[in-house]
This record gives sequence, structure tokens and C-alpha cells, in this order.
Amino acid sequence: MSLLHILIVSGLFLLIGWLFPVRYHKWIIAIISLVGIYWLQPSTPIRHLDFWLPTVSIFLVIVVWITIKPDSLIFSKRDWISGILIILFIIIISLSRYINLLCCLTPSRPPHINQVAIIVFLFLGCCVLTFLFTKKKGIAWIIIFLLVSLFIIQKSPQLSYLASTVLRQFSGQNISLANSLDICWLGYSYLAFRLLHVLRDFSNKRLPSYNFLDFFNYVLFIPSLTAGPIARSQDFFRNLEKNELIQNKVLSLSSPNLFYGLRRITWGLFKKFVIADSLAIISLNSLSFDQINSTTWLWIVIYAYSLRIYFDFSGYTDIALGIANLVGITLPENFTSPYLKTNITSFWNSWHITLADWFRAYFYNPLTRYMRNMPNLNLPVWLIILTGQTSTMVLIGLWHGITINFAIWGLWHAIGLFIHNRWLVFSRVYFSRIETYSNVSHALKIISWIITYNYVTLGWIWFVLPEPTQAIRVFMMLLGF
Amino acid sequence: MNSKQHENLANIEKNFAVRVFIKSFVIFLVINLTFLLIKPVPHIGKLSAYNRVISGRLRLPYGDNPNKAFNLTIFQLETIFASHEISSGKKPSNEYRIITIGDSSTWGFLLKPDDTFASILTNISPHNHEGKIVKAYNLGYPGMSLTKDLLLLSHAMQYQPDLILWLITLESLPQQKQLTSPFVENNFQLLNKLNHSLDLKLELSYFSIKKYNLWDETLIGQRRQLADMVRLQLYGVMWAATGIDQEIPDEIVLRMDDLEDSEDYYDFSPTHLPVNELAFNVLDAGSRISGSTPLIIINEPMFISKGKNSHIRYNFYYPRWAYDEYRELLNEQCRFNNWQCLDLWDLVPESEFTNTAIHMTPAGVTYLAEYMREYLKFNN
Repeated sequence: MSLLHILIVSGLFLLIGWLFPVRYHKWIIAIISLVGIYWLQPSTPIRHLDFWLPTVSIFLVIVVWITIKPDSLIFSKRDWISGILIILFIIIISLSRYINLLCCLTPSRPPHINQVAIIVFLFLGCCVLTFLFTKKKGIAWIIIFLLVSLFIIQKSPQLSYLASTVLRQFSGQNISLANSLDICWLGYSYLAFRLLHVLRDFSNKRLPSYNFLDFFNYVLFIPSLTAGPIARSQDFFRNLEKNELIQNKVLSLSSPNLFYGLRRITWGLFKKFVIADSLAIISLNSLSFDQINSTTWLWIVIYAYSLRIYFDFSGYTDIALGIANLVGITLPENFTSPYLKTNITSFWNSWHITLADWFRAYFYNPLTRYMRNMPNLNLPVWLIILTGQTSTMVLIGLWHGITINFAIWGLWHAIGLFIHNRWLVFSRVYFSRIETYSNVSHALKIISWIITYNYVTLGWIWFVLPEPTQAIRVFMMLLGF
Repeated sequence: MNSKQHENLANIEKNFAVRVFIKSFVIFLVINLTFLLIKPVPHIGKLSAYNRVISGRLRLPYGDNPNKAFNLTIFQLETIFASHEISSGKKPSNEYRIITIGDSSTWGFLLKPDDTFASILTNISPHNHEGKIVKAYNLGYPGMSLTKDLLLLSHAMQYQPDLILWLITLESLPQQKQLTSPFVENNFQLLNKLNHSLDLKLELSYFSIKKYNLWDETLIGQRRQLADMVRLQLYGVMWAATGIDQEIPDEIVLRMDDLEDSEDYYDFSPTHLPVNELAFNVLDAGSRISGSTPLIIINEPMFISKGKNSHIRYNFYYPRWAYDEYRELLNEQCRFNNWQCLDLWDLVPESEFTNTAIHMTPAGVTYLAEYMREYLKFNN
């Protein structure tokens, strides 16, 4: 989101909180999110794709909601109204193609209405089938497969390129211009992980029932769609329920929520647009890394990158949390001073917390539980931990993009986590008494912080440089070779 | 809560909102008025990390693609000079200080910072000119306008040069080009001052030059400039880390060899170049600004084509008649005004020019620098 986008969204949420009683909030937030996903969708060179991608996001939300809806629960009046309004909205956006004054909310002109009508009709057919199909767990798995496949296509340069070629062919465009960056889907990483979370909780019977409007707001909540956090649905709905207790009131202008929200937005804007964007100028990148003429400067640009990525990402999170606060919604924290942590485990408990929690809940815990309970294999604990951490961290790396450098970055952290885990076991046995000496303990903390921060910072080299050979070259230069 | 309590609460909130709004407005107003009164930009411009934390630039900041050039086009004089190595401190007593001013050729377009005229002149000059170490500073700036050079020269005089080399070419002289450079437009106040003090007779109102109003002097009006000043400091880190201050493409499209069959040169009628249409008055002003410091006006080398229509034109810029007449006029003016001039138009072989008729290769620049070294040695 650009500064202008953020200011507009913040202003709208401020007005919602201030002017409208809480009982209208869900509707207005849903409308803003609906408009927002089309408005913020980046332009793509493939014809009409910037209309279809947000539309598919909406379709996915509807299908998943129908899937997770308990059979005993009938559609309420509110569900019907919100569903129909959303479908109407999609059609209106498509119709804006014919009204020059209103065109276009999407970056480029939307497709013809007949195309949209056919797709909407087919989609509604799918919805009916999903509704009628009794084995919802099976459907949940099909959707999980679909979501993961789309995720892999979007994140893998090769598959993205292939998809671009196919889509260009389909829309009658020049396939020689296909590019892996053609498919840029607003917020899909977050949308997919929210949907995967509800589908997994649904399969494990840990999901309460939600009405459609609440569910729509949870998945496509516009402040957190572009840069997270990936809130758990249960926490998000608890917020909505809490607000419903005061449904006839508007949020007070002097309420702590509002002040906190505005302060958080201001701080986030400062972090992102002043600190991070300034550091971006002097940060390590794939163009400048081999132009640096001394080891000292190389260290400086690497530290600059390490700070930049924190201020950039946490700045966006502050903005998202702040905007949500303006309407009384508390999103989970994503960063809690990660660079001040004294070990890598604490770092991962405070860096992109919601993503790490997601992987912990839906991958690491089930995997290690399975390995522990395998009847025939009595695997040692360290091996279970190593396998779990390595596969989890590599997956977290690949979440950023399915390329070798992100996999190595994940592996780098897995090694760090494993070493720390083993060190904990070792130090508990041999150095347990050291902590009783306050000076030594203090010195150890400082040393631990230096090691942790530098380990994380060096890890960013893998992250920022697309080719591992480039990263190896930087490591050699850092060592003075 | 009864209706009266509701009303009270609503009033409190309303008052609160009004108070916040008024306070914000007053603070906004006070900050902007203070900025307007103090006019702190030139003072802020002097605050620089260059020459303190990071090394000063070898040439003035200019860059079309900051992310690759680690350089930025900025027009605030104090800022650009503060980023230059010439601001690194007091002039050493044993330094013979030469400043070179001129267009992109002097600045060193498509040349590394160490390959510009000033750098090569420093490197090849004897270390004991008048018993002092020769150090040439590159104060060239891209853009064809003598007025732009004059602004830079007027500011550069505070750095106590021992010799000024002003490289010019005909393209910088037409009166109609004097005020069209963005650098000139953005230093309108200084230009206005020079116009009056040096009696330049520039028709400032005639040209569509950017006029500053009060709003432009406020913090809000200056926000872009202030942001650029900060960015220039940050790009300085990358300049210090890489030594790069210009994006030089791997492949350069060479200057045109085959030329148009045209004798046109601006609106001038062929074979007559009116002297009053050329900015010799600006050269005269430069000569007066330099005072007792020796000033050498150099007609800079240019590419002389041997291709198609080269009997009509010397190169892309100049038809032969215009350039020949300009040389005659320049010689006349130099004699008449007692200016020290050097006509080096054909000094450099045509193979040593790059993308335009005035941009040279390092070898071409070396020709020029070696000539100047000998000239200075001979005229010491």
C-alpha cells in the first residue's frame, strides 16, 4: 500500500469509528474491504487479470465459508443479503466498463459483462454443489489442495512464468512477453493462510460457526490483507463479539482505542516511509553487492538491510494494527523487538509471530507429534527436533518465494535453532551455576545478543540475494577474500 | 445513561475534537511561519555528512537514476557544494587550487569520477606548480547555459581558487538558452541578485522562469527539496562504499557521424550570428566575478565529423557557418575584453568522443589535460 492508500484507508476507518454506531461497522468494513481489494490490486499486463484475481479471492472466501458452515446452521437473512450484495458488487464493477465516468475501480478496464455473468453463474453452481455435498471434509481437502497449488504457482518463478504464458495464450496476448512477475495477486499469501487455517481447524473440529459477513471481514480485512498479520479467526471474532456488546454506540473520539490507533499508524508511517525507505537507499541489494569496495562498507550495507527489513515490515504491521484499532478491533502483534532478543528461539518468537505460530500449529506440532508417536521407530528427541525445525524453517523460507535462496535462508535459521536447542541442553548440564553470578550472566546476555543479531543479519544475505553464488561471494568478501 | 448525560458526553467529545484541530492548525502555522521567516534551507544545506563521515564527491551531485548512480540531481547550491570535496576544510597553504567549470563534458558524462578533466589534470600535473601542489576541482555541471556556470562560479569563489578554467562551447551561448536550465530556474533568487549587481541585463520577466511565492518558502513548500537533501546524504554512503556516482551503460550509442543536410542553427539566419544574441555578457560577468584570480576561457574540444554532409555541419550541434562565426566572435571578444582564451575546438581526435559531440573518452580528456598542463607550465 502506498502512503496515499494508507491515508485514505486510515481516514475511512477513523470516520467509521467516529460517525457510525458499532452495529453498522461490519457492513461498512466489508464494503471498504470489497472496494479495497479491487482498488489496491496491482496492475497486471495480462488482460483483465487485475479484475479476476480479486474476484477469485472473493469466490474462495464464499466457497470456504459454505464448506465450513455447519450443516445444522441455516442461511440467515444477513448471510443472504451480504452474499447477494457481493455478487452484485462484482457485476457492478464489471458494468463500470461501460460507464466512462465511473470506470474503473480496477487498474485496467474490467472484462465484458457476459464473461463475468458466465463465470459468476458457474461459480454459483459450484456453491450449490458445495452446499449440497455432504462430505464437507473432502471438499475442505480439495480446497486446501487448490489453495496450496495456487500459492505454489504464485510463489514459484518458473510456474508463475508458465501460468503467465497460459493466461496470455488464453487471452490472445503475445506469449513471448510472458514474465513471472505478471501474476501479482494482492494479499494472496495472507488470504491463503487464513483460509488454510480455518479449513484445518474445521477438519479438526476446532472451528466455531461464523456468519458470512464476519467471515468475509476476517479473511479480507483490508488493513491486514497486504502485510498481515495472519490473525486466528477465533481471536478476530472475539473482537467482533466484544464490539457487539456496544452496538448502539459510536466509538468515543477520546477513547484510548482511537488514540492508540492513531499513534500506532503515525509510528508505522514513520518506520516505513522515513526510516525503512531511507535505509533502502544504503541497503544491500542484488545490484549493489559487487560494487562495494571494502569489507567495512559491506558490513554497513548488510546491517542497513537488516534494519530496513525490520522497519519496513513492522511499520506496515503497526499501520494495520492502528487502523484496526480505530474500529475497536485488536489484531495480534507480529513483531516484539526481535532484534533485542538474546537467542534465535526468542527471535522467532518475536519475528513475524503470526506466521511462525501458523507453521507451529499446522506443521511443526503435527509433524513432531507424529514422529514421537510412530510405534516402530523410537526416534531420539534431537532428531525429531532437527527434522521438525528444518522442515518448518525451510517452509517458512519458501513462503516468501519458492526459490533456492529462500530455502537456504530457512535452513540457515533451522541450523541456528537446532544449535541453540542443543546449547540449552548442554548449558543446563554444565553451566547451570554460571547464572548465579550476575556479572557473568550479564556479560553472557550481551554476548548472546551480539551473536544472535549478527547471525540473523548474516542470514539476510541469503534472503536478499536471489542467487546463492552471489551470497557466497558476499560471505567471502566479509571474510576479507 | 440518560439523554442529558449523552448530550454532555457528546459536547465533551465535540470540544475535544475542536481543541485538537485548533492546536494542530496553530502548530502547523507556527512551524511554517518560522520556516518562512528564518529561511533555514541554505543553513541546513551546509549540514552535510560529506567530508566528515563520508568522503566528499569528486564532482557536483547530478543523477537521472539515483538508485543506480548513487547520485541525485539537486539544485540547492549550499547542499551541492557541501557534498563536494572542495568543502573538505580550509584550503591548504601548499595547494595550487584550480577550479574547472562548464557543461556535462567538464562534469564528465559517461566517465568515472577519476577520469574527468579535473581529476586527470590533478594526476598529471607537476607537484610543485609555483612551489605548490596542483589540485583541480571539478565544478562542472550538466546543462548548456553560461548563466548556470556563472551561478556556480559566483558560489565557488569563496573557496579561493588560484585559477579558473571555464570550458565553453557555442551551444551554451545563445541568449535564449540562458534561463532554461533547471539549475538556473531553481536558483532564481541568486540569479536575480547577480543580474542586478553585475548588470547582466537578463530579461528575467521575459522568460517563463519559476517565480517563488511565499508558499514555496514554507516548510511544506520546501518539503521536496529537504527530502532530496536528506537523500543526497544517504546516497553519499553508497558513493563512499562504491566510488560510483554515475550510471554508465555497458554499451554506448556513439555520436552521429552522418549528419543532416541542414544549415539551421536555432533561429539564426545562415552565415550571420548576431553577437548580441550570444551571452558574452555572461562571460564578462564571470570575468568580473573572478576578480584578480586568473580565468582562462577554453573553447572546449568537439567532435568533427567526416561523414555524410560534414561539409555542411561539423557535428549534430553545429552547422559549419555558425561555429566558424562563433569562433571568430569569441576571439574578437577575448581580444577586446582582454580575456585569456584558448581555442581548443579541434584538439581531440574524433575517435575519442562518445555519445555526443562534446563528451570525451578518458583518452580524449587526457589529450585536453596534457595540453593544459603544458600550457600552464609554459605560462607559469
